[in-house]
Amino acid sequence: MSRYETVIGLEVHVELKTQTKLFCRCATSFGAQPNAHTCPVCLGHPGALPVTNEQAVLLALRAALALQCTIPPVTSFDRKNYFYPDSPKAYQISQFAHPIGRNGVVEVAFGRTTERIRIHQVHLEEDAGKLIHEPYRSLVDLNRAGTPLIEIVTEPDLRSAEHAKMFLEQLRDIILYCGVSDGKMEEGSLRCDANVSLRPIGATTLGTKTEIKNMNSFRAVQGGIAYEVARQTALLDRGERVVQQTRRWDEAQSITIAMRSKEQAQDYRYFADPDLGGIALSDQLITQVRDALPELPLAKRQRYEQQYGLSEYDAASLTAHVALTKLFDEAMAHAADAKTVANVLLGDVCAYANAHDAPLSTLPITGAHIAQLAALLAQGTISQPIAKKVLKQTLQTGEAPNDIVATQGLTQIQDSDAIDALVTQVITAHPQSVADVRSGKTQALGFLVGQVMRASQGKANPALVNELLKKRL
Amino acid sequence: MGHIWDAPLAHIARSVRQKELSVTELVAHALARIDTVDRRVRAFLTVDGDGALARARLLDAQGTDGVLAGLPMAIKDNISTRGIKTTCASKMLEHFVPAYDATVVARLADAGTVLLGKLNMDEFAMGGSNENSAFFPTHNPWDVTCVPGGSSGGSAAAVAAGEVLFALGSDTGGSIRQPAAYCGVVGLKPTYGLISRYGLVSFASSLDVIGPLTRTVEDAALVLGVLAGHDARDATSASITPPSYVEALTGDIRGVRIALPREYVAEGIDPDVRDAVFAARAVFERLGAHIDEVSMPHNEYAVATYYIVASSEASSNLARYDGVRYGMRVDDAQGLQDMYTRTRSVAFGEEVQRRIMLGTYALSSGFERAFYGQAQKVRTLIAQDFRAVFDQYDIIIGPTAPTAAFAMGAHTSDPLTMYLNDTYSIPMSLAGVPALSLPCGADARGMPVGLQVIGKPFAEVDVLRVAHAFEQATTHHLRRPALRDAYAAKEADA
Repeated sequence: MSRYETVIGLEVHVELKTQTKLFCRCATSFGAQPNAHTCPVCLGHPGALPVTNEQAVLLALRAALALQCTIPPVTSFDRKNYFYPDSPKAYQISQFAHPIGRNGVVEVAFGRTTERIRIHQVHLEEDAGKLIHEPYRSLVDLNRAGTPLIEIVTEPDLRSAEHAKMFLEQLRDIILYCGVSDGKMEEGSLRCDANVSLRPIGATTLGTKTEIKNMNSFRAVQGGIAYEVARQTALLDRGERVVQQTRRWDEAQSITIAMRSKEQAQDYRYFADPDLGGIALSDQLITQVRDALPELPLAKRQRYEQQYGLSEYDAASLTAHVALTKLFDEAMAHAADAKTVANVLLGDVCAYANAHDAPLSTLPITGAHIAQLAALLAQGTISQPIAKKVLKQTLQTGEAPNDIVATQGLTQIQDSDAIDALVTQVITAHPQSVADVRSGKTQALGFLVGQVMRASQGKANPALVNELLKKRL
Repeated sequence: MGHIWDAPLAHIARSVRQKELSVTELVAHALARIDTVDRRVRAFLTVDGDGALARARLLDAQGTDGVLAGLPMAIKDNISTRGIKTTCASKMLEHFVPAYDATVVARLADAGTVLLGKLNMDEFAMGGSNENSAFFPTHNPWDVTCVPGGSSGGSAAAVAAGEVLFALGSDTGGSIRQPAAYCGVVGLKPTYGLISRYGLVSFASSLDVIGPLTRTVEDAALVLGVLAGHDARDATSASITPPSYVEALTGDIRGVRIALPREYVAEGIDPDVRDAVFAARAVFERLGAHIDEVSMPHNEYAVATYYIVASSEASSNLARYDGVRYGMRVDDAQGLQDMYTRTRSVAFGEEVQRRIMLGTYALSSGFERAFYGQAQKVRTLIAQDFRAVFDQYDIIIGPTAPTAAFAMGAHTSDPLTMYLNDTYSIPMSLAGVPALSLPCGADARGMPVGLQVIGKPFAEVDVLRVAHAFEQATTHHLRRPALRDAYAAKEADA
């Protein structure tokens, strides 16, 4: 058992899902020719001026409210001054004095317990460009320069690498639920830096921290922090000091490497950007955006367990994807049976999506379809095998299950006389199997049931078939 | 051509619209004047003769119904012109050709004007004499041994010397008004936000404005009408619909309440300038205006406040000139840091470097509160002084500058004296209010003296009406520098 308590705070950059950049009308799309999406404004040409993208402000406000932040009456932009070739104006337009949100909180489930991780602030800022280093020269691509980001800064409330990863995953889910970002770490639309320090257990002051950058996946976040905790533990155990510095996670070697120490820290000379006025955030606007927020993942998960009696596993699986919860909620709006709907979604629907490598949101199925299917099953109108067949057709064509059942005459046969006639046929056709059953080989009963079902084209009520067969043998 | 060249802009434009006057002839005349006069004045950094003539022929062929139809003009070289070098009179941008037109350039083109070229200035608009141009100084047409003022010295000199019919300048702390005063022309600094800054190379973003330099108040009103109005590309541009400025020129200022701040005619002012201001006061009284002396107690802090605010913003605005994407770059740098440092040390002039250092210091962590933060508070107090006076008065008058144009080289070794020269023009910039300079006399040497007419925010209508009434009642604006007539004499000889 370690003698130290780990203290972690995260700085998470989230690229906002806007059509255009934060201060000009260039497209934000990913993967274009270098410098194709640029103009005098995002190139920092002399005399060009920024104009704020209102959509980005609304998305940032939505994120800040989802993180339960306090929203100021007026939010404004500041300049963060520093020289670097990927920064075309030699300052980044960011928020310093009046960020869009402060003092928020995220409720995070760590296994069975739920903790409140405090959010220090949420602020809007523009992204920098990208440098491409070649032997003997470096190139600058400013397509990404000016892309809107929010930076979410947590308080130092996380206590382990694993919790940091779980927090980040759940934060990403919140961002996705709110439609604020694509949240793709691989494409850089979600980026995370971590501040890590150790202190003796029971201590109240913070130890010296290091900042870890370049963690490009959830696994890297956990790996980078775990490495840093081990490195700092070893240092302290040897009686050495932790040096305050910025370190880079090297994925290939699975280690962190020192980049620069705090003594080389920049003075960013923040001041209010005189090119941009303040943005008033009226109570009316805040209420409107807050009211439009979707139910967040954790709340939804707890509700699924309590309201519908779903298992923790099913509730967690359903809430792991926005598209899945949408279908579930839609189906439940039609008063369907929760357990049946969950089974259909987590079973055949997910399997189909995986097999066809198709995102759920692109499939033509709706919550109403799922509700119909569940009702058809619950009423005994169709059998399980038929249900699978109907579902597959719905997934392929978008036809409603009710219509499929009606037009193809798939309604389950409940009539004993009709089934009995089929039973007679099967018994006559398979004397050997009949003999086997009578001599105690029960597997043969299954075969006969199957034959009756096949003769009914799957429509016979399997329970009734079983009962009638047994009676006759 | 000589006679029509002296006519009001509205008259010339009307003649062009009615096809009584060819734009090509007008432009050829302007180019001939530049050819004769500018070797002594040196107002132009770039003359685009071919472009101007091509444009003139196009306008003649197509006809134009613009408010400023056919008028040859030129623009200060810190306003972005697509395809034409925009150097800010700096080595840094010596070969820089913009990819886009400033909003004002587009509006002037829409109004039918012809751009003759780009005008000299103090480097990045920092200075009050045009001696900070990295290329060469401009000379005052009234006396070529004197400065034309600055930073829009090229604009004022070109108008005074009759090389253009009007010009655009920019004003951050007096850069339109002071050269207008020194060169005996009209210079208008409008309310901050009335004219789009999109395409004006930023010096101090919270202070910079674009404005016209013209021969008369009526011309200023006409040009302002074309320039003013909201621009979606400038977030600090005001959402107002400009009124008709020309219609405001009624000549009637009876009952107008005018304030003359004691601080504007106190110590430090040249007696000839003070006499001219007092004479102007008498003119206004004769015209039926009501004049009182008032006090603007925070005036004395204006210069210090300005040099902190403007330099701080400049230190950030000029950071983009780093040698990476455009502009000058030293070619033998040893790594990135060396490239930044040496490019900026070589390509920026002394005054620009001084202000970048001043501003960087004022924004530094640990000093920001004492300097930039404090300056913002004092700026608020200065703006409150204006509000207090404007609660009771319609207009404030005062001198534009403490003296008339000084000799070249007189203050180049003494930046502080140069800064104090802006005492009367800076407060209006800090408060964002409109102010116009127009000729109101001459000093003992015969150099023009400027009167400043200051109004409430967005009350350009009042400023123009009062200035116009004064102009109509006096003859100062009719005085012309002898050099301006050099071309006319040559034309007469031919």
